[in-house]
Order: sequence, then structure tokens, then C-alpha cells
Amino acid sequence: MAEAVGTLFQWLIFLGVAFTSILASLLLITRKNPIHSALFLVLNFLCVAVLYILLYSQFIAIVQVVVYAGAIVMLIVFVIMLLDLEEELRSGLKLFYSKVIGGALAVLFLFGLIYSVAAKYPAGQKGTYTPEKMSANVKAVGELLFTEYLFPFEIISVLLVTAIIGAVILSKKRT
Amino acid sequence: MTIPSVPPALYLILSGILFTIGVIGALTRRNAIVVFMCIELMLNSVNLTFVTLSRFLQSMDGVLFAFFVIAVAAAEAAVGLAIFVMIYRSRETINVDEINLLKW
Repeated sequence: MAEAVGTLFQWLIFLGVAFTSILASLLLITRKNPIHSALFLVLNFLCVAVLYILLYSQFIAIVQVVVYAGAIVMLIVFVIMLLDLEEELRSGLKLFYSKVIGGALAVLFLFGLIYSVAAKYPAGQKGTYTPEKMSANVKAVGELLFTEYLFPFEIISVLLVTAIIGAVILSKKRT
Repeated sequence: MTIPSVPPALYLILSGILFTIGVIGALTRRNAIVVFMCIELMLNSVNLTFVTLSRFLQSMDGVLFAFFVIAVAAAEAAVGLAIFVMIYRSRETINVDEINLLKW
């Protein structure tokens, strides 16, 4: 009985969060003011973080909230403040047909995705990380990150240093 | 009566919908910062696919890939926004259809 109640709540949370995230992303691409778009982006990221917790990945959920919803969106809002943008005007007929064709192709792509997902259960070799073991998710991630994935981890640090240097050089005033 | 738990197909369909909304936004908006936000939305939906498959195939590789994708997105945000600031300084606009320096 308790398990059935748990599953029911899982369904409720999943459906609520899924609809909220779709709604937030639709509002993100339709609002004219970029600040409103940035706030709906934060809402979408928080919804996806809840989905990560439903999928037993607490580590990625925390990183999502801290890095995406905290750092990246803060950077975007800061740049919007620096640039002092006017409200976006309607683009008129310029490039209209290419937009319609591109949107139609994207929707077609979505139907292809849904068909391929519905047709076949994701098959493959199953690993050893069962949900019971995933309750210590952060520990498992840390162990893998410093053993099997040590080299990509170091490459990521080099990439971040490159990005910092690039950002500083780009935004430096030309003399 | 037992309720089946949420199937992976629903998570994958949700991430596909989010990705498509991101593609449509990136194609139709003029403001470069909103286009950039749509690209972040697409990266995020791909992360959702990674974590879903990692959960249902009981492997940890997808979670680590999502971690690397987040790190790359952070680096991309820093460099991309610096480029926007630089373009705004020289051209006084960041509408993507008015920036045609490299157009043939």
C-alpha cells in the first residue's frame, strides 16, 4: 500500500513538473522582454532539477541548480543589464519563409523522436548501479570521476581556464 | 491494484519536446541573448536524456556525461556572452539579422 502511494506521488510530481517545464519553455521563446525569458529559463531549469531527483541523481540535480540556475542565468541577466536592450521588434517578412520551414522541420524531428522512443524500449547492457545503490549517488559519482573519468576531468579544467582567458581577452577594451 | 512506475519513454518524450521548443526558439528569435538561452535549453534537454538512460540502464556513465555537458555549457556561456558584449560595443545592436559581417 505504501509503495502504491509512493508511485502515485511520483506520477503526480512527474506530470506537474513536466507540464510546468514545457509551459516555462514555451513562455521563454514567446516573451519579448529578455529578462522575462531569463526568469522562465530559471523556472525550466528548476523543474528539470526536480526530474533529476525523481531519477535518483541527486548530484546532477544539485549541480543543475548551482551551475545552471545560479551561475549561467546570473551571467545572462548581468549581460542583459549591461547591454540595455530595447524590446524586440517584430521581424516582419524578412526571413519569414526560412523560419516557417525551419519550425516545420523541427516539429517533424519531434515526431521522429517520439516514434523512435515509443517503438522500442531502450535496450542495452545493464550496469551495476541499481536504485538502491544510487542512494549514495554523490559518492558513486566521485569515485568514477577520479578513477575511470580522470582524464576527461582534467581536460575540463583546461577547458575552463581557456574559457576564462578567452572571456577576459574578448571583453578587454581595445587600445 | 498496483500502479506502474513512470516509464522512461515519458522522460525521453519530454526531453524531445523541450529540445524542439529550443530549436524553434533559436530559429525564430532575433535577440542574440534569447537565441543563446534557447541553446542552453537544448543542452539541458539532452542532459535529461543522458540521466534518464543512465537511470534505466543502471549505469553511471550518463550522469558523468551530463556533468561534462554542464561544464562545457558554463565555459560556452562565459565566452559567448563576452562576444555579445564586444559585438554590442562595436555595432550597437545584437539582433542576429543585423549582424552580417561574415555574410557572403
